[in-house]
Formats: sequence, structure tokens, C-alpha cells
Amino acid sequence: MLSRTAANLFWMGRHLERAETAARLLDVGARITLLPNTPEGYRNEWESLLRASGASTAFAQHYGDQINQENIEHWLFFNHDNPSSVASCIEKAREGGRIVRTALTSQVWDALNTGYQELRELEKRPRDQLDTAMLTDFTTRHGATVRGAMTATQLRNDGWHFMNLGYSLERADATARLLDVKYFVLLPRVEFIGSGLDNYQWQVILRALSAHRAFQWVYGVDVTAAKVAEFLILNGESPRSLLTSLYEAVWHLDGLVRRYGETAPTTAANHARQTLDALVARDIDAIFDEGLHEFLSWFIGEIAAISDAAHEDYLSGRM
Amino acid sequence: MYFNEMMDNGQVREPYAMLSDWLATMPAEIRQMKQAEAESLFRRIGITFAVYGEGGDPDRLIPFDMMPRVFLQSEWRKLERGIKQRARALNAFLRDVYGRGEILRAGRIPAHLVYQNEAYEKSVVGFVPPRGVYSHIVGIDIVRTGRDEFHVLEDNCRTPSGVSYMLENREIMMRMFPALFRNNRIEPVDRYPELLRRTLASVAPAKCEGAPTVVILTPGHFNSAYYEHSFLANLMGVELVEGSDLFVDNGFVYMRTTQGPKRVDVIYRRIDDAFLDPLCFRRDSMLGVPGLMDVYRSGGVSIASAPGAGVADDKAIYTFVPEMVRFYLGEEPLLQNVQTWTLWNDDDYRYVMDNLADLVVKEVHGSGGYGMLVGPRATRAEINEFAERIKANPHNYIAQPTLALSTCPTFVDEGVAPRHVDLRPYCLCGDRIELVPGGLTRVALREGSLVVNSSQGGGVKDTWVLSE
Repeated sequence: MLSRTAANLFWMGRHLERAETAARLLDVGARITLLPNTPEGYRNEWESLLRASGASTAFAQHYGDQINQENIEHWLFFNHDNPSSVASCIEKAREGGRIVRTALTSQVWDALNTGYQELRELEKRPRDQLDTAMLTDFTTRHGATVRGAMTATQLRNDGWHFMNLGYSLERADATARLLDVKYFVLLPRVEFIGSGLDNYQWQVILRALSAHRAFQWVYGVDVTAAKVAEFLILNGESPRSLLTSLYEAVWHLDGLVRRYGETAPTTAANHARQTLDALVARDIDAIFDEGLHEFLSWFIGEIAAISDAAHEDYLSGRM
Repeated sequence: MYFNEMMDNGQVREPYAMLSDWLATMPAEIRQMKQAEAESLFRRIGITFAVYGEGGDPDRLIPFDMMPRVFLQSEWRKLERGIKQRARALNAFLRDVYGRGEILRAGRIPAHLVYQNEAYEKSVVGFVPPRGVYSHIVGIDIVRTGRDEFHVLEDNCRTPSGVSYMLENREIMMRMFPALFRNNRIEPVDRYPELLRRTLASVAPAKCEGAPTVVILTPGHFNSAYYEHSFLANLMGVELVEGSDLFVDNGFVYMRTTQGPKRVDVIYRRIDDAFLDPLCFRRDSMLGVPGLMDVYRSGGVSIASAPGAGVADDKAIYTFVPEMVRFYLGEEPLLQNVQTWTLWNDDDYRYVMDNLADLVVKEVHGSGGYGMLVGPRATRAEINEFAERIKANPHNYIAQPTLALSTCPTFVDEGVAPRHVDLRPYCLCGDRIELVPGGLTRVALREGSLVVNSSQGGGVKDTWVLSE
């Protein structure tokens, strides 16, 4: 497979996953406004969403200090100057897909292109006709259609591994960043830990990852920091946990190594496996002892290193 | 009076007999529904056509007309023989002018028209590509002016485009009107990608080891024909590469893959000569591959069409194609040229300047309907302005009579009306010369318009050849 094709597939997977992350953040924000006001007002939560998307500064350049639902919605969904907005990500995924049309089945292209065309229609509609739930539904529905088409129709070849490697690394990164935000943005004051507000914010994180129901199946209704963190970091059944995401990344990298044979470089696969081993060696108490933020920073760094190594191994077109 | 492909002397012509009933019984609302369905299919598949420099919608659709254009098997056989003959002659001409130049020595074609032609590529003189084929896909534009009268309007020996429309138009027609295909015996065109791949593989260089690796070289996804490039790569099962995916090493061309370098044997390029190799041609080109021409000339890679093939489809050379058929093949041409006046010829010049209002004048190197004057449709001022341009550089122009292009029934807002059409079949030249039964019919959607180019608002139709 051409290195450029593989790179486009990898980034297509990342952008599709990133679009969903933006939509999930939007969903969380909307949910917050449906609940009784917090002492500081909603502003703190909206602001934390911006931090989660790593975009406070860029947002401020566009909207000044007008942190409100309308602007956040526009920023996270429609704004093309925000490289992580749903619109930007869908457009980039579709553009990447168009470049690698030869590596996609017609069903996958159809799903990708239909999503893009409908997005363009949405963009033309007056904003007051669009509610947030519709925007998040739109994003998750199209994301699911594209994924479904991939699962149902793509060959399980190297292209498959690259697409899914993109998905899994992006998902590992997004979950880690969301968790990090909980600790350092949502709840800056240590006396809140264990309070009702604390638990409520953990629930918001679960919702952001569409994982609140799954969490209840696994742990019951009692939401505590340790349980949520364990569910999202170390639980191998949780679909968006760091462990699951990283395990999938390892699986796809190993698939490439098996496929390409002994002469193929294995830097990325080795690095991913080492990270996985290091993750599995921890339990949630050890992570809290280490410091959740310190742990997550380490993890995010490892994911970036694996991504760079994959580029070096396969996507850079070594001569 | 224009030849009507469907109606002749008030009678429905034989090839259109079954379509006549179909038309008569189709209610307007069904037609509108089907038209909307066709458009949504095209948009969903992503068959779009961007026009350079016009701004607007980058995902513009070429209008698709649901009324097919039909040939009888007997009509097609005659066309096919004429097309193959012409493709053979054009390749023989290219072999000759990059070799000994016999036809020039024999005085049949003025040597300066070849050797001073911009498309004549001096860097490949003396090099003979595998099987002596220079133009591997010859797109010949044909117009019909009468029951048995077909004329060649133009030869395209470099990278004729539009074949994806031939294939997709058929797919969409079959999907929308399966009954038409069940009830009529329409020759399939879907072998085209397989034939193209076979053709390209058959011209692999002598240094190729094992099964040839074929690739399509595209300028990239911003190019208006990118859809076609990826479509063909997909159907042929070959890689679609950009210049940056290729590099030259030790006398061969390689592509950058996830498993390291992989040798490339045949490049079906969809970029112009000038951009192929910045070391040989335009130094500012980012599209090409440095060193590619050296590999080509040493037989390490085949390029289709061959660099320099454009000298055969030049409008100045066009006038001599019947002469090529006689000279190289010793046959009489089966397809006629359109009468053409060359403005560098004094008698022709005088005639053309006196009759501009009745003629079509074209730039020798122009394409896509740009840089031309359609006399009968032009205002006095436009004609005068064009006359000044001709005076300044008569060598740059040829003139032809306004042709009585045939019309084919076409769906328009008011219902069904005749509109002018042309036809581009795609002839493949490798170890064999082949073409699928069909081609791309282009239709001028504006009433009375004779310009069918997609860049000028033309549309496309499915083209049927009925089996015996």
C-alpha cells in the first residue's frame, strides 16, 4: 500500500473519532444546562469543555469572553477555524477519503460522502432551527454509519489496520484528555472531592463518553471517582477505556507486523506493547497514588510517541 | 437541416423503436422523479466535475440526460473499423516522426508543422517505446451529419478524459431502468477497465521482471478529473499515485509504500508532458518525478501515453490524418475529416477571412471549447475582434464549416426536444487494438447550441450499441 494512502486512512480514522469527541463535549454542555444551576453558574462547566477540547485560547480569539451555549455550539460544531470542530473533522475525513477512494469500498465512501453532504445542508439552515441534541445525534449517527460500513465491507487488509489504528489512538487520547480535564478543570478545589458536586461531575464525564449506562451495568449505581477512573482507564470491557483503546492499537500494529513479515520495522508495535504492559501492571490505587494527572500526562505522551513511530515505520515513505 | 438520430422522414428510426414507446408512456412526474434520483446517485457516488478558474461549486455535477443515444450493431461495426484504422495510423505517424520521418521526406506533411510543433518532444527522438505504441488510449471525437455520414472532429492522443462517465452513465441507467435492459439487447461496456489494464500491462518495458506493476499518475485530488483517475485505478486494481509517491533510484522508478520501495513498470499518466519530470521539462513542476525521463529513455519504465504523443492530435496535424492512413496503411480512410482551412495557407486565409460569419475558427492548441469563434452565433463585434486575433497570428488558427451535428431527443424543461450530440469512443492500443461497444455521448443542452463541452455547459448521455 502507498505510504500516502496509509497515512490518509490513518488520519481519516482519527478525524472521524475526533468529530465524535467534539459532539460528545457538546452533549455534555447541553446536559449541564438542563440541571439545577451550580453556585458559579454554568460558565465554569462551559469553560471546562473548552479546556477539554484544548481550545480556550482559540475560542477567546473568536468570541472574546462570550462563553455561552450558542458560541460554544458554534465553535464545537460549525466553526471551520476550529480544526477539531465536527464540521472541520468531517470535512477532513471526507477529503482524506476522497484522496484514497481506491482504498475504500463504495459503501464506506457513500456513508462518508452522505454525511458530508448532509453537513453542508445543516450549515445552510438557520441556527435557531437546530437544537444541540440534533447536532450530536447527527454526528454520532453518521459516525456509526461510516464505522458500520467499514466493519461490514472493508477487507481486513493493511488499510483496515491503518484506519483502525487511527481510530484507537485518537480514542485513547480523547479519553485520557477528558479524564484529565475532570481533575484539573472541573474541580479545582480539593474540598469538593467526594462531594455531591464531585460525583455529579464524574457522571458528566461518563455521559461525555456515552458510558454511564455501561458503567452502571458493571459497577451499579454508586458513582465514585475510583470506580469511574477504573472503568475508563483499566476496564477491558469498557469500549472507550485506555486499556481497550490501547489494546486495539496493539492488535492492529501487530496485524501489520504479521502481514508485512520479518523485514518490516516494528518500532511502533514494540512501543505500543511496552505501554500496554506498563498500563496493565498498574491498578487504580497505584494510579491515584502516582497522581491521576501525572499518569495521564505520561499516557498521552506515550500515545503521541506510538503515533510518531507508526508514521516513521509505515507512513513516511522511507526510500 | 440536421440529421435527427431518432426521427427520419417522420418515421422512428430502427434503433430507437423501443425507446419511442418508453418515451411515449413515461408520465412527466416519473421522469422528474427519475431525474432527481439520477442526480442524487451521481452526487452520492461523488462523480463531480470542477471547472478551473470559475469559482463556484467544486462539487458540480455534469448534467446527465436519461435519454440514451443508440447505434445499431451494423452502424457501430463501421465506426469501430474506422476508429481502429485511425488509431493505427496515428501511432504509425508518431513512430515515424520520432524516427526517420518518412512521411515528411515524402512531402506528404510539411516538416515544419511537426518539428516546430510545441508538442514535438525532441528528448525522445530515436527512442521507440515498447511495441512501438505512443498513444495507448486514443479518444476520437466523432460527429454525425447524416445516416451514413460520420466525421472526425478531433483526435485526442494524450490523456482523453470522460471514460468514467461512459461507465457510470451505464451503471446509473441500469439501476434506474432495469426493464429497458431486460427488454433490449444492449452491448455491455464494463470490460473497459479490464481491457485498459491488459493494454497497459502489454506495453511493459523489456526490463520488467514478472507481472508488470501498473500505476495511474494523477496531479492530485484538486484536479477536475480526479474522480476519473481514482475510479479507473479502483476498477483496474492498481495504485493511484501522485508525483511525490514516486522516486527514481538506480535506473528504475519506485513508489513509496508501507513496506518500503516497490518498483513501477508502467505509468498511465494523467498529467501533461510539461509536468512529468522537473529535470527534463518545467523546473517548477511539483507534480512530476525528478529523473523519470532518464529511466523512460533507458527502458526502465513505460509511460502511457508516451511523452511527445501530443504532436499527433494537434489541430494543424489533424488535417493530414487521412493522408497518414494512406501513407502508412495503404488503405482509404473509413472515417472522414471535417473540411478544414488552415490559416497559414494564403488561399485558405483569404477564404476564411471573407467568410468568418459562416465558419467555426479554432486555436490550433486550444481545447475544451475555449479560444474559438462560432461564426453564425457571434455578433459582428465579436467577429471583428476575432479577425484581429487571427491577423496577428494566422498560424495559430484553423477554420471549419459549421457542421450540421446530428440531434438526439433529450429531456429538457419543456419535455423532450432534439439537442446536438457528439461521440467520444476510447480506442485502446497495446499488443492489440480494441474498443468497447460504446463511448461518451456529449450533448449541448442549450437549444441550438453546437458546443457540447462539459466546461461550456454540455451534458452527457448513455451510449448504446444494440446487439444483433
